[in-house]
Amino acid sequence: MKCSEHTRGLSLRAAGIAVLQGDVLFAARLCSGAPLAPGQIPSIFKPQSTPANSIFHLSLLVLAITGLIFVVVFSLLVYVVAKFRKRDIDDTCEPPQVYGSNQIELAWTVIPILIVLVLFLATARVIRSIQDAPKPSGAIEVIAIGHQFWWEFRYPALGVVTANELHVPVGDASNPTPTFLTLLSADTDHSFWVPQLAGKTDLIPNRVNRTWIEPQQTGLYLGQCAQYCGTQHAKMLLRVYADSPEQFNQWVQRQKNPAINNDAVADGRRIFETTACVNCHAVSGTIADGHFGPDLTHLMSRETIASGAALNTRENLRAWLQNPDSIKPGSLMPAMQLNEKDLDALTAYLLTLR
Amino acid sequence: MSSEALTPSSSGPEWVLPSRGRVGMFSLIAAESAVFTIFVVAYIFYLGKSVSGPTPKDVLELPIFATICLLSSSLTIHLAVRSLRQARVGAFGLWWFVTMALGTIFLVGTGREWRHLIYNKGLTVSTNLFGTTYYSLVGLHAFHVTVGLLLIALALIFTLLGKVKPEHSERAEVFSLYWHFVDVVWVVVFTVVYIIGR
Amino acid sequence: MSSEAIAFTTVGQDTRPISERLHDWIVTVDHKKLGILYILYGLVFLVLGGIEATIMRIQLIVPHNHFVSPQVFNRMFTMHGTTMIFFVVMPLLFGFGTYLIPLMIGARDMAFPRLNAFSFWMTAFGGVLLYFSFIGGYGLYGAGNAPDVGWFAYAPLTARAFSPGHSTDFWTLALLISGIGSIGTAVNFITTILSMRCPGMTLGKMPLLAWLNLIMGGMVILALSPLTAAQIMLSIDRYLGGHFFDTQAGGSAVLWMHFFWIFGHPEVYILVVPAFAFVSEIIPVFSRKPIFGYPIMVAATICIGFISFSVWAHHMFTVGMSSYGNTFFTVTSMIIAVPTGIKIFNWLGTMWGGKIQFKAPMLFCVGFLFQFLIAGLTGIMLATSPFDWQLGNSYFVVAHFHYVIVGAILFTIFGAFYYWFPKMSGRMYSEALAKWHFWLFFIGFHLTFDFMHIPGILGMPRRIYTYEPGRGWEIWNLIVTIGVLFQIFGVLAFLGNPLWSFWKGELGGNDPWDAWTLEWSTTSPPPDYDFAVTPVVRSRRPLWDRKHPDDPDWKYE
Repeated sequence: MKCSEHTRGLSLRAAGIAVLQGDVLFAARLCSGAPLAPGQIPSIFKPQSTPANSIFHLSLLVLAITGLIFVVVFSLLVYVVAKFRKRDIDDTCEPPQVYGSNQIELAWTVIPILIVLVLFLATARVIRSIQDAPKPSGAIEVIAIGHQFWWEFRYPALGVVTANELHVPVGDASNPTPTFLTLLSADTDHSFWVPQLAGKTDLIPNRVNRTWIEPQQTGLYLGQCAQYCGTQHAKMLLRVYADSPEQFNQWVQRQKNPAINNDAVADGRRIFETTACVNCHAVSGTIADGHFGPDLTHLMSRETIASGAALNTRENLRAWLQNPDSIKPGSLMPAMQLNEKDLDALTAYLLTLR
Repeated sequence: MSSEALTPSSSGPEWVLPSRGRVGMFSLIAAESAVFTIFVVAYIFYLGKSVSGPTPKDVLELPIFATICLLSSSLTIHLAVRSLRQARVGAFGLWWFVTMALGTIFLVGTGREWRHLIYNKGLTVSTNLFGTTYYSLVGLHAFHVTVGLLLIALALIFTLLGKVKPEHSERAEVFSLYWHFVDVVWVVVFTVVYIIGR
Repeated sequence: MSSEAIAFTTVGQDTRPISERLHDWIVTVDHKKLGILYILYGLVFLVLGGIEATIMRIQLIVPHNHFVSPQVFNRMFTMHGTTMIFFVVMPLLFGFGTYLIPLMIGARDMAFPRLNAFSFWMTAFGGVLLYFSFIGGYGLYGAGNAPDVGWFAYAPLTARAFSPGHSTDFWTLALLISGIGSIGTAVNFITTILSMRCPGMTLGKMPLLAWLNLIMGGMVILALSPLTAAQIMLSIDRYLGGHFFDTQAGGSAVLWMHFFWIFGHPEVYILVVPAFAFVSEIIPVFSRKPIFGYPIMVAATICIGFISFSVWAHHMFTVGMSSYGNTFFTVTSMIIAVPTGIKIFNWLGTMWGGKIQFKAPMLFCVGFLFQFLIAGLTGIMLATSPFDWQLGNSYFVVAHFHYVIVGAILFTIFGAFYYWFPKMSGRMYSEALAKWHFWLFFIGFHLTFDFMHIPGILGMPRRIYTYEPGRGWEIWNLIVTIGVLFQIFGVLAFLGNPLWSFWKGELGGNDPWDAWTLEWSTTSPPPDYDFAVTPVVRSRRPLWDRKHPDDPDWKYE
């Protein structure tokens, strides 16, 4: 076996290390606690909420320990591969036959056990601090119900019902206002995951789960369903708006109003109420009281439709009504086979539901 | 180089390994135990969780007679195997037949109990969680009894045809391990379903 | 007496008509033929599973791609996972075990040869049934009726209400049937190893491959059964109106998860322990030293076997268990890293002070060491449950488990293939082509699976057929997909090697690697009866004793 073959092997292995170091540096760039500048990429290493922060700090410890282990063992591997390769092709003499060593075995058993102990203790504390966190009196309570393929959000104390876009207030140290979510499901398993705000928690039918978020900065936080729930799992997106307390109160006030009743769109409203839309959708203050699909009372207060699958524009809305499969193939809303005139009227009606 | 013996000069102690049949049967029993454990766990987990329909206390009666029959069949099969080992093929056939009869009585008892539950008490596998878990667990056990009875019947036919010899006693013993396992499972099922669960 | 005279068939000399030779293979109960059948079967499904992966990666190469519909994509990830685990890796591992165990313990066949054949054909039928789903059934959507519920088929998505048609049933039945095959094989392995070792081969003197397959067999017995039970329950729900997992009637979706993962976690250790076995045989031979710490290796693997049954709910950290539950499973998942790490150190200890030759089997084992180390470390990250609340169910997990299954297990399978190919076929493979295979696959593997960790960190969940632009995921998905190309070429080099070998490969002889376990004392390929005379052994390396009569192992063990 030629020496050169193995040197090439070594240099390729070194290239592997370089790639890994690049990964680590990139990961480090991903890590910073500051809010995102426009155009920056959100990640779990850019936490903006108390539980996400706790996880982030724990993850730094874990990464440090595993990084150290990697460096040590990888160096050993490289050393062994370089130093103990067979140099002379005609060398038929066997090296010293070593069967084991109890001391060495003890060492590399005890040290990992100690490492595990340290890691475990640090982890147990974080588990408790997140899962068993007490709920302050100023907390906002939200019931989140997962559906195929959209999110229902109810604020029982505030009398608000909305869908897909969650608004929460940002508090401060003297008056904390975290949002505590009760997670339910109307059909299959889902999972609520907004990486910058908290770890994910599943929504499971016939089971009540709880999670909480506490954003520190105002802004929009993106997430999506993280448990495969069927055909359109991929487009069950989440948008969490962390508002200032004033903005949040204004939003709540607007959401509590019944639907705007505009006679100019009476035609569209009639179509809505007679084409089975009311079987699935609710518009407060009207006869529409269906609960299979999202509440549409304040549809136009949302930036997206179809749980984030499209921007809430006139064209998209109309396209969605004409054929939901064109935006979200496999969504559970049927195409109601309306003609062009009816579609226009219906869209015009929906556009008034601010 | 051929695979010649790598014999040391002296012959060592006799080389004895566990019998294949026993090891294989114990492995199979371990696997089946794991299956039953999962059904028992599901049964226990769902106790008291049915949202409607009959509860165990409402409808279950202790199947004492069937249980006595099944557990006695463990004794009779043991006697059968012992007879065969002692080269008493006639006695073997007799005890073997009694085992089959007792097992069949147990199955008939289960069948009658189910008939009563379905037609008189309105409990089916789809009625509620209790119905689902009860029929599944007891049914799985009854299925294992049935398979055992079929194999016993097969061996009985061979006996009547005169093909069973004392040297087959080990095979009969391996089979009897399966039968004992079925009985042990019944003890567990009986305890969980008819005693703890009611 | 020369071996050529004893062997019934030597390479290239079987002149019977092809129909007779094929018939031989179909009705065989010979462990060597069944082993090869298992391996060929696994390779065929490796290609099918690879095609499914390629389809997925093409769909994900850019956001909002339209290469396949969401329905087809969902079938692809379900079939890819199910295929690779049950119809590729398990058959390959069972195949090597079936072939090698009797030869390594000095037996003439497995304990139950007919059960061996039955188990193979059950597994084979299961795979065919699963793939029949593409064309059979109602064929509601474009890709027929293939399962689309994910390889772990969570309830209640699998209930009749959410999965009408038969896609779920194909999944359930295919795995029930192949599960019976797997349990049969495990019973055979355990019985063979316990009851058929040659004289002198006490449990403490048998090759590590035998030990590790014994432990694996025990795990299969205890782990496959919960899956079988859960699938029976699911079928009762779907067809007899049962309510095991019917949340409307008070049933529990989480119960399915518990049952599935009580199978699922030991299952991945079932996959990795035979991989450890290959490495434990190959590294000593190519380092020219005995395995370092044989008793500890056995003890560590037994510990891994036991502990693996206590970690299952680390797949369920996000389902809302109490803090006590999460803490318990964090502890056990971290503890299992200790015996696993010990094994890595022992392999390094074996290489230390040796004279290492980097032939293809050893190259793949070194790749294994590197990649298994990383896989274990990302595993520790996932074991810390709060970190898992972020990383779980994302592409980080997908990267982690592919690091284990491809980077560790598949690499050792490749190594095992090259190591024992001369024994099974009688011919040497092309070392140059094997090295092409290694480097192409190594590059492709790292391009794909290193960079796959990043979208997970950036918030990309699993099992999505497309994603939004502007999340920063595009570049990483592109690189991941490019890596697939290198892997495809690597696998092509791998599949071409046996063909080259039958055309041009030189005869390997009995013992091309100068190795020390009993299979190398037979001809290549071994005669039908394996051993003309049952060997008697005195140490763990019987052929070392024979080659070094002045310095035999049994003086030092």
